[in-house]
Amino acid sequence: MSDEKKIIDDAIDQEYKYGFVTDIEQETFPPGLDEEVIRKISAKKLEPGWLLDWRLKAYRHWKTMVEPTWSSVKYPTVDFQSISYFSAPKKKPELKSLDEVDPELLETYRKLGIPLEEQKIFAGVAVDAVFDSVSVTTTFKKELSNHGIIFCPLSEAVQNHPDLVKEYLGSVVPAADNFYAALNSAVFSEGSFVYIPKGVRCPMELSTYFRINALNTGQFERTLIIADEGSHVSYLEGCTAPMRDENQLHAAVVELVAHKDANIKYSTVQNWYPGDKEGKGGIYNFVTKRGICLDDNSKISWTQVETGSAITWKYPSVILKGDNSIGEFYSVALTNNYQQADTGTKMIHMGKNTKSTIISKGISAGKSQNAYRGEVKIMKGADNARNYSQCDSILIGDQCGAHTFPYIDVRNHTAKMEHEATTSKIGEEQIFYCNQRGISEEDAVSMIVNGFCKDVFQELPMEFAMEAQKLMEVSLEGSIG
Amino acid sequence: MMLKIKNLHASVGDKPILKGINLEVKAGEMHAIMGRNGSGKSTLTNIITGKEGYTITDGSIEYKGKSILDDSPEDRALNGIFQSFQYPVVIHGVNNTYFLRTAYNAKRKYLGQPELDAASFMKLIREKMKLVEMDRSYLKRSVNDGFSGGEKKRNEILQMVTLEPSLSILDETDSGLDIDALKIVANGVNNFRREDRSFIVITHYQRLLKYIEPDVVHVLMDGQIVKTGGKELALALEEKGYGWLDGDQL
Repeated sequence: MSDEKKIIDDAIDQEYKYGFVTDIEQETFPPGLDEEVIRKISAKKLEPGWLLDWRLKAYRHWKTMVEPTWSSVKYPTVDFQSISYFSAPKKKPELKSLDEVDPELLETYRKLGIPLEEQKIFAGVAVDAVFDSVSVTTTFKKELSNHGIIFCPLSEAVQNHPDLVKEYLGSVVPAADNFYAALNSAVFSEGSFVYIPKGVRCPMELSTYFRINALNTGQFERTLIIADEGSHVSYLEGCTAPMRDENQLHAAVVELVAHKDANIKYSTVQNWYPGDKEGKGGIYNFVTKRGICLDDNSKISWTQVETGSAITWKYPSVILKGDNSIGEFYSVALTNNYQQADTGTKMIHMGKNTKSTIISKGISAGKSQNAYRGEVKIMKGADNARNYSQCDSILIGDQCGAHTFPYIDVRNHTAKMEHEATTSKIGEEQIFYCNQRGISEEDAVSMIVNGFCKDVFQELPMEFAMEAQKLMEVSLEGSIG
Repeated sequence: MMLKIKNLHASVGDKPILKGINLEVKAGEMHAIMGRNGSGKSTLTNIITGKEGYTITDGSIEYKGKSILDDSPEDRALNGIFQSFQYPVVIHGVNNTYFLRTAYNAKRKYLGQPELDAASFMKLIREKMKLVEMDRSYLKRSVNDGFSGGEKKRNEILQMVTLEPSLSILDETDSGLDIDALKIVANGVNNFRREDRSFIVITHYQRLLKYIEPDVVHVLMDGQIVKTGGKELALALEEKGYGWLDGDQL
């Protein structure tokens, strides 16, 4: 992020260089959206004309669209003219030590098992030189560039690698794809760009890097990952630490492109502010994520752990175009209090011998509603396509809901489809059994829930699997009894 | 005195199930409670271990000299009361080793002892597994997931010998066992007997009592203990059936 910040800083604010924020307001556009705003965003980013045109086209299309209402989530109408569509990355007020941080927040970090140095970064405390994010960034950047890997803010890629961006931006999620994707295409301002060259295995989990550097993710993020022939990459966004943001509406777009024999693994841990116990506040997370297995033998795997946000609305999908390509979706969605989640996937089989796997685990507690919505589509030419879907839900308490909406569309008779779905209540019998062995009710529930999520957690990068387990415990606090 | 139950009355909803149970179990004793289905055997077990859903309308239960009626199920367990379940539940995705170590360490913590690390626990559990002839694959499987009836019951006994309770209540431990499994389970229990450990074996049939020899046998009928005797009482019941005692009641 620091490079992106530099470009913006240079362009708009001299004083920022000294690390002092004198007037934050002047870096934020007044609320409202029209073509002028989009031109200003594009100008701030020093974008080429084609990109401005692309944004404007998206905007004009967006104006003709209506907000989708087919999902099961309920929320008050969003006033799109009351939102500010550009805000330069702000410097958080820096604290001198962890002593100054809200003890409750620290307690959460501790429960999640987040290392001390990283706690400081999350909480906005000055970090010492050894762990300074800039120096870490530099080290990582050097190693990545030795392999020819491009990993930078999207706005930087627009400047330095315009051909790549032009070729792939909107190639998986077209600007007019859906209401929120169109909005994002018009106004996106932050996000990441990754390009892995032919035959390169990315030498590190891009998670490590991301975790430290991309915390100030924006309202309208846009991520583009391209894995060229035979390359491998594992990318992780988000983190288990609770994230607050003053913007209520988040509409991100993520596009993945896997060429022949390439392999992309994309993991998400989403823990945005879910709102309080009465359901006030919280982020609306309306995300479009899609990947395309462009050529033969490619593979895209989505893993997500969704515990935050007041409303989650996302369907990470895979278009299986190449023959023998593989799409996977592993999901844990946990809702508590008044949270709502409507999430799932789409697997579109086009190539021959394509395979997809869907494992979805929904956990509902409190007064929350949790829906799995997924589509498996087997196109005419997709001979011998195979899909396995398993959607399990558990309910904690009797005031929450779990729903499953599987859509299956098969146009080729050689397809093999398997679908399994279960819904169960965390049994009193199970909890009593644990109690009778001396295990407390809270430990019992977290043990049962983690057991339930095991198939998904084991797909997460190692370091996050442990944290994800603890995240379940923290997210379920107060839901029992 | 390990367990002292006095004039215990309990109901489910409005329906009285236990109607004045009196029972004393001394340290080191093996008691058998026999009775037909619906006589209140399982209710008695559940009330001792603290399961919800029962109302105690009268009477008292003392364990090691103190009333336990206000204690939570986990406190009773941590204090050394163990129930071998008639129908052990399945917990998907939680492996036996993890489950049992969590329980074991909960107890250590309760007793103010340091928790046992994974490696030391593995050593311990491997020893205990021999006692009930449990297969090595057990360690990696989820709690009771895909277990045969015999494996489930052996697992209960394995948990018992690992957690080392003072009072063990074995609820219909013989049901669903073939003769080989029955012998293994009985062996596990017999080897665990000690002068400071007591047992209550709840059973419908006399079968298990051939292998686990009780000191005292009680017959439970319609929520009351109608007869108490030595091990010969179990044999008499086997021979004459419960109908024999229906007459007594009249």
